[in-house]
Order: sequence, then structure tokens, then C-alpha cells
Amino acid sequence: MSFKTNTLAVLAASTIAATSAFAGGHSLSGDLRIFLDTSNPAPRATMEAMIDRFGELHPNLNIETTVIDREAYKTQIRNFLTANTPDVATWYAANRIRPFVEADLFEDVSDLWMEPEIANNLASTKGAMTIDGKQWGVPYTYYQWGVYYREDIFAQYGLTEPTTWEEEKANCQTLLDNGVKCYTIGTKFLWTAGGWFDYLNMRTNGFEFHMDLAQGNVEWTDDRVRATFANWQELIDMGAFIDNHATYSWQEALPFMVNGDAAAYLMGNFAVAPLREAGLSDDQLDFYQFVEITPGIAKAEDAPTDTFHIPANATNKEAAREFLRFVVSAEQQTIINGPDNLGQLPVNAQSAVADDEFLNQGFAMLSSNSPGGVAQFWDRDSGAEMAQASMQGFQEFMVRPERLDSILDRLERTRQRIYE
Amino acid sequence: MADASLPQQKSWWRKNQLTLAPFLFLAPGALFFLVYVIFPVFESFQISLYEWNGLGDKEYVGLRNYEELWWDDAFYVSLRNNLIWLVLYLLAIPAGLFIALFLNQNVWGIRLYKSLFFFPFVISQVVVGLVFTWFYDPTFGLFNEVIGVFGLGPVSVLGDDRYVTYGIIAAGLWPQTAYCMILYLTGLNAVDPEQIEAGRLDGAKGWKMLWYVVLPQLRPATFIAFVVTIIGALRSFDLISIMTAGGPFGESRVLAYYMFEVALSEYGFRMGYGAAIAVVLFLIMMVYIAFFLTKMYRDEKGV
Repeated sequence: MSFKTNTLAVLAASTIAATSAFAGGHSLSGDLRIFLDTSNPAPRATMEAMIDRFGELHPNLNIETTVIDREAYKTQIRNFLTANTPDVATWYAANRIRPFVEADLFEDVSDLWMEPEIANNLASTKGAMTIDGKQWGVPYTYYQWGVYYREDIFAQYGLTEPTTWEEEKANCQTLLDNGVKCYTIGTKFLWTAGGWFDYLNMRTNGFEFHMDLAQGNVEWTDDRVRATFANWQELIDMGAFIDNHATYSWQEALPFMVNGDAAAYLMGNFAVAPLREAGLSDDQLDFYQFVEITPGIAKAEDAPTDTFHIPANATNKEAAREFLRFVVSAEQQTIINGPDNLGQLPVNAQSAVADDEFLNQGFAMLSSNSPGGVAQFWDRDSGAEMAQASMQGFQEFMVRPERLDSILDRLERTRQRIYE
Repeated sequence: MADASLPQQKSWWRKNQLTLAPFLFLAPGALFFLVYVIFPVFESFQISLYEWNGLGDKEYVGLRNYEELWWDDAFYVSLRNNLIWLVLYLLAIPAGLFIALFLNQNVWGIRLYKSLFFFPFVISQVVVGLVFTWFYDPTFGLFNEVIGVFGLGPVSVLGDDRYVTYGIIAAGLWPQTAYCMILYLTGLNAVDPEQIEAGRLDGAKGWKMLWYVVLPQLRPATFIAFVVTIIGALRSFDLISIMTAGGPFGESRVLAYYMFEVALSEYGFRMGYGAAIAVVLFLIMMVYIAFFLTKMYRDEKGV
């Protein structure tokens, strides 16, 4: 176990420079209870340092931070929003907010989004925070998805980054002929298969259709959905994915790429850190945007956003609002998303993106090469119940593609039950 | 509490002391049982008639949750797996018996061997699950190395819907066998040597000795082993959660896990549907509990 003391030291030094723009006006007092799901060591340190900086601006405020295990948080939030409620809580964007909005458990923070500081600089994520025309929280970080691949293996077999579906498959065939699997993946916890479906469906049918499907407006037995699965099946039939992926978590699938048994991984940017830690250098690792499938369809990307919210039952909403303003400020965004901290993309347009090969590519991709739109992720864009059923279907399809018809029939029955 | 009433109270207490004492001793346990077991059972029945996400308002839907359960393939898969668990888990009893018979001898260091055999029961189910997950790992695991020696191809036990439940049960049998073994070891201590001697004089040997002389004396141990094994089979939740999370595509779920997934997991919030599954599981267990209670009642009457 190694502690990033150097990181903390740097942060401590930077607190002196912390903005005072928000501290103006009356000072805050009382208690501010913050619940975090950032339980991994690095994000935890980042968040705690940021809260310390906020505390220094408001010395009369008694801040109490509780960090809850990221997985346990997902079920505990249902309890603590109703009883013993904190003033600020982390969560995820898009449809994941909906159950809490419908149960009147999240505070409407549209007033924050009217303020020019936020309205002008956070416009790109506003949609993901909006339900029924109101905003229910603020984002604090997001990251791109895409294909992370072994540059050295590509070079060894004379491959280049593909841009079309044909090139993608041709590359894959070359790799397979040389005994290397094209993609590693671990579908034990299902959602990784959701990433593949996101991209295949958005590239085959476009962003609008994808969102319609996520919201239950399209039948699963629709021919367009079948077209997506047909594309997926091409890869499965080639043997593009590693064997036995259903037994692995996403982390357990990493060694295949590290050992060179598989050449690429469709993943979120959080996969870079463990790949680097496993010994892959930036010369061996690179990134490309998921290829075009149906020509002419505007590319859309997955970029899941993590968020802060004020529970409706919070007691110190004034301080909570001030904290939200602080979190999204350009300066704090630059710090917490910096390379020594979260290492992700800042949500504030005025912030600086860390000088990192992958973040730069991701930032460029999302800001200029994603005209179709930005999706959150399958299990955040669709309702929880449909997400669960469909991702299980995706996993089954990847293992037993011949069952496609029965899977789609089952998903269609589920959709009708939920949405009709 | 006034002093004046004390003498009278005292005498009343004296009079009824013997009748009241058992109830007083039972009261805390009964209270907890009522609050944490009996009451939730009825509440589950009630919730199963509603559509409820645990946050908003409940909507009364009558028996619709049960109707949906009737058409739900995943429910039948879970039910089937529950039955497989119940049957195969009982293998722990004969396995435990034979290990106990094997260890029931006096050689140097036998205590060490006994504790080594008991070891798997001491470690947590979560650890057992992890160990077996690595053991079964299709790429790096020992299991495929072993069957590879016999020329059998690599098998992804936990990734194949045909083998996954059996794979998890095998993992569960490891600690359960140890538990049954300990029960039989204590039972064997109580076996009457004179009866063995008498049996031997009458010419009983080997299997016959075991079946007609030893086993009848082990009946209490067998009964307890049976009970804890059935309970263990119905509690199979943790191994499934650790080893497969119900997968691949839900093929290793049992009712308890399915209920958790539907009502309490990351994507689940269907309390009513979860409660309906719980009710069905409860009714299945009732059959067993009823059998258990009548048998106990009869045995006590018979003595």
C-alpha cells in the first residue's frame, strides 16, 4: 500500500491560491454533511483535499465528510436520502437521477444553473442534469469511452488506427490470424457489454434512435435493433472477444491486454491507470475513437458524468449550494481533474485539461468530433430495470449468439411491461 | 412501586414464580423473534401485493406480482437451481460421515489431521468463493491444469450455463462436508463399544456393521447434519454472489439471489416483486419446516 503523500503536499500548497470569488458576501456557518462514493484511494484523497480547501474559505462552517464504498453507496443512498440525510451527496447523471427526482428526494437547483458562471461554462453537461425542464445537481467530472489498444502490437502486424467498420474487421482478422484476440472484455458484472451495445447501436442507428431505445420508445424486435446485433455477431463469429469473458470482471480482463493476448479494450478512461500500473508505457498504449459503421451517421460518444446533489431533506442548503458552486468553479475543476488527482475531464469550459495523451485525445474527441451527441452510458441512460434485463441479454448474446431471437423477444416483453 | 403494595406483590410473585419464570426467560427471545421474523413475514406478504420502488408511493396491484412470476423464465431457473442445491448439497452428509469414520482412529497427530479437515468450515464463505473462483479460472486456474492431465479440454466452469450451478455447489460442499464430519466425529465418540463388540460376536463386519450397528446410534448426528445442510443449501446466497453474481446471464441464480437482484441490488428496486419471490421461497421452506417440526414432535412423543 502506497500513499500519495506527494500529491497531498502539492494540493496543500495549491490551497493558498484557492479562489476567493465565492467567499464574498455573508459567511457560512452551521454544519455541512457531505456523503461521497469516491472510495478508491486516489479519488478519495482528491475529494478530501478539495473539501479542506472549501473549509478554509468558510472557517465557521463545520464540515463532516463521510466516504462510503462505491458499490455499497448505490443501495445506501436510498436510505440516507430519506432519513439522517446529508447536505451534499454524490451520484450519477441522466436517468439515474430520475427515481430520486420522482420521489422528491433531490433539491431542484435550477437557480444555480441560471447563474452566468455556471450557465455559460457548464452548458455541455446541462442536458444530463435536466429532468422535467429542471436541473437537479451539478457534475464534477466526466471521462471519455473509446478503444484503448496496444500500439506496439498494432505496429508489429502493420496495423493502423481504423476509422471504418471494414478496417476495424480487417485489423481484427489480422490479429486473429496471428493468435491475438482483438478485444478483451469481462462481462461478469454485465455493464461492460452495455458499452459495446452503446457504441454498436449509436454507430449503426445514430444517437436519436439509441436514446429512443433507452427510453423504451422502440421495440426490441425492431429491424434496426437487429442490424446492431448483426454487426455485433460479425465480431463474435470471428472470435474477436477473449474466451470465457463471462467469468471475468473488467479488472480481471486487463491482464489479457497487458500480456498481449488481446490487443484492444473498449473502455472508459479509468482503464488507463491500471494499464499503466501494470507496466504498459504510453508508447505501448494508445486510443482511437470507435469507428464509423453506417456511413453518414453523426458520431456520438459515451461520456459518463459523476455528479453532486443536494438532497431535498438537507438541513444546510445554503452552504450546500455554495459547495456546489465551489466544486464546478474553473479552478477547482482544473485541480480535481488534474493528472495527480482524478485524471479525468473537467466539466467547466474554462478549466485546463491535464496534459495527458489520453485526456487530450478524449477532450478533442468530445469537443469537436462527437456531433451526434453525448450519451451517459447504457445503464444510466435507460431505466434501471430495463438496463438490468438488457445487459443480461447482451451477455447471453455474446456467449450464445444463436439465442438472439429469444433474447429480443424477452427484452421486448420486459419493455412492454415497464413502459406500457 | 409504592412500598405498601410490596408484600402483596411479593406473595403473588411467590405463588406464580414457577409458572412465570419460563415465560420471563422466553420473553426477550420471543420479542426479537416477533419483531425480526414473524412481523417481517407478514409484511412481505403485504408488500408482495404492491408495486413499490422503495421510495415513492405504493400502488396496490393485487396478485399481479405473482402472475408475473408465473410467466417469468428467470424465476423457474432460480427454482430449478434451488432444487439442485437441495439435492446435491446433501452429499455433504455421506462425505462427512466417511471422513469422520476415517479420522476416528488413534494414531499420532490425529488431532492435527482432524483440525485440518475441519479448516474449510472455519474460513468465511466469501474466502471459499474466491478460492474456488480462482481454482476454476479458465485461463490461469488449477482446475483446468488438472483435467488437462487427463486430456480434457479447458472448461470455463463458472462461465458455462451448463456447469455453473454444479461448480458453485462443489465449492459449497467443501466447508459443509467439514461441518458434517465434525458432527459425526462427536457422534462416534458416543457409540457404545459394547454394542460393537456384540455385533462383532454375531459376525457383523464392514458395511453391515456400519449400517446395522453404527449408523442407528448416529441417528441424532444424522438428523442435525440433515437440518444444517438443508439450511446451508437454502442460504447459498453468498457463494453465488461472490463467484458469479448470478451469471452467466442469470443461470446460477437461486430464489434468494433473484430476490436480492430484483429488490435490493444496484438496478433493482421492485420491492413488491421481490417480496413475492420471498413469499414463494418462504412457502417452500414451510414445507420443510413443517416436516422438521412434526418429526421432532413425533420423536419426543415416541420416547
